[in-house]
Amino acid sequence: MSAAALEIAGLRKSFGKLEVLRGIDLTLAEHEVVCLIGASGSGKSTLLRCVNLLEPIDAGRIVIRGEEITTRGVDVNAVRRGIGIVFQSFNLFPHMSVLDNITLGPRKALELSKVAAEARADELLSRFGLADKREEYPDRLSGGQQQRVAIVRALAMQPGLMLLDEVTSALDPELVAEVLQVIRELANEGMTMLIATHEMGFARDVASRVCFLDAGVLLEEGTPAEIFGAPREPRTQQFLQRIVEAGRL
Amino acid sequence: MKIFLIAEVFILVFALAIAVLRSLPGPVFFPVRALAVVYVDLFRGIPTILVIYILGFGVPALGLPGVPVEPLFWGVVSLVLVYSAYVSEVYRAGIDSVHPSQAAAARSLGLTHGQALRFVVIPQAVRRVIPPLLNDFIGLQKDTALVALLGVVEAFRQSQIDVAGSFNYTPYIATAIIFVALTVPMARLTDWLIARDKRRQQAGRLA
Repeated sequence: MSAAALEIAGLRKSFGKLEVLRGIDLTLAEHEVVCLIGASGSGKSTLLRCVNLLEPIDAGRIVIRGEEITTRGVDVNAVRRGIGIVFQSFNLFPHMSVLDNITLGPRKALELSKVAAEARADELLSRFGLADKREEYPDRLSGGQQQRVAIVRALAMQPGLMLLDEVTSALDPELVAEVLQVIRELANEGMTMLIATHEMGFARDVASRVCFLDAGVLLEEGTPAEIFGAPREPRTQQFLQRIVEAGRL
Repeated sequence: MKIFLIAEVFILVFALAIAVLRSLPGPVFFPVRALAVVYVDLFRGIPTILVIYILGFGVPALGLPGVPVEPLFWGVVSLVLVYSAYVSEVYRAGIDSVHPSQAAAARSLGLTHGQALRFVVIPQAVRRVIPPLLNDFIGLQKDTALVALLGVVEAFRQSQIDVAGSFNYTPYIATAIIFVALTVPMARLTDWLIARDKRRQQAGRLA
């Protein structure tokens, strides 16, 4: 049996006295799409940032395809090259054109030639309907377009795993769909993804598994049908009840 | 003018290096950071004129072999040392003003700390600090007059010579006009650079 795409075991993380992650165990098989749901502050974002080594962890371990990335002496940059992350606030580089945003990683971290990096970028841009935006600066794009560019920027590194951190939370409602569509396409292609989201309808459609995070603990996990249809834990029921009341499911 | 131009080039580079050293993360680089802090504290604390006296008269007086004795050289070195301390603080403020999420985005692509600084953080930081940088350079342009104390003939020194010869003080006014005439174009150039940058990045928002 091949190693899991991602294996998280006993992960703990504190900010000062506040323990944000209190022993997380989670495994993703290849091509699996796992959605993390839970209230703000439940630790979803921190978990993703830990997997990308943007936050040092306090205890536990993270293993990617059989290689532990949380031991000493790991080449942090090499690990990150294999993981794409997309942020809630896009974090595009405002002083660079769309094309330069996308080619920066491939050129500097993968040491691709300018020509090769631009070819790769152009292919992705046209695939996601952004070909005419290649020379634009991020500020001139809509939020939805910016987030799609951010996804393309991550994909240009040809990662084996994508982490999406509430990528539609900063968008106007009418722009959410175009971004979710891109993620659906990625899921259909078999991209392994760990997605923190507040879009429950989307999670139900796209996820192979849904995990409910509550106060730093992975309280419940199951298929979308199990979690959304018949949640076992009272906290999960409560959370989903509120979502339904807010008209978001 | 020559003094100013030579000094400015060195200051721009040297000050950025100091600012970058001060931003290095982790306990390993503590000594480097501490050294940078001491340097900045020292040269911001000592009056420029004292630095010029110490280096311009003191060092050549030591008579060390292989050490230059030209006053112009030590005048420029003094200005570079003093102004780099100020300018490095300006750079550092610029670097700190770039949101950490920008560095995080760069690092998440697998770029090293140095690459993230070079391609993402510093270009944005420098754009933001152009106005205060210019401010310091106008100060520098005026302080080149202090190098005259070492016997180097620059505009101010020349005007003193002229005044001494004729007891007519208009050369001072002429010199003052020269200094203003030199700083104004730089101010307008900076305004233009900032405006161009804004236009390029934000034109779409207004449309």
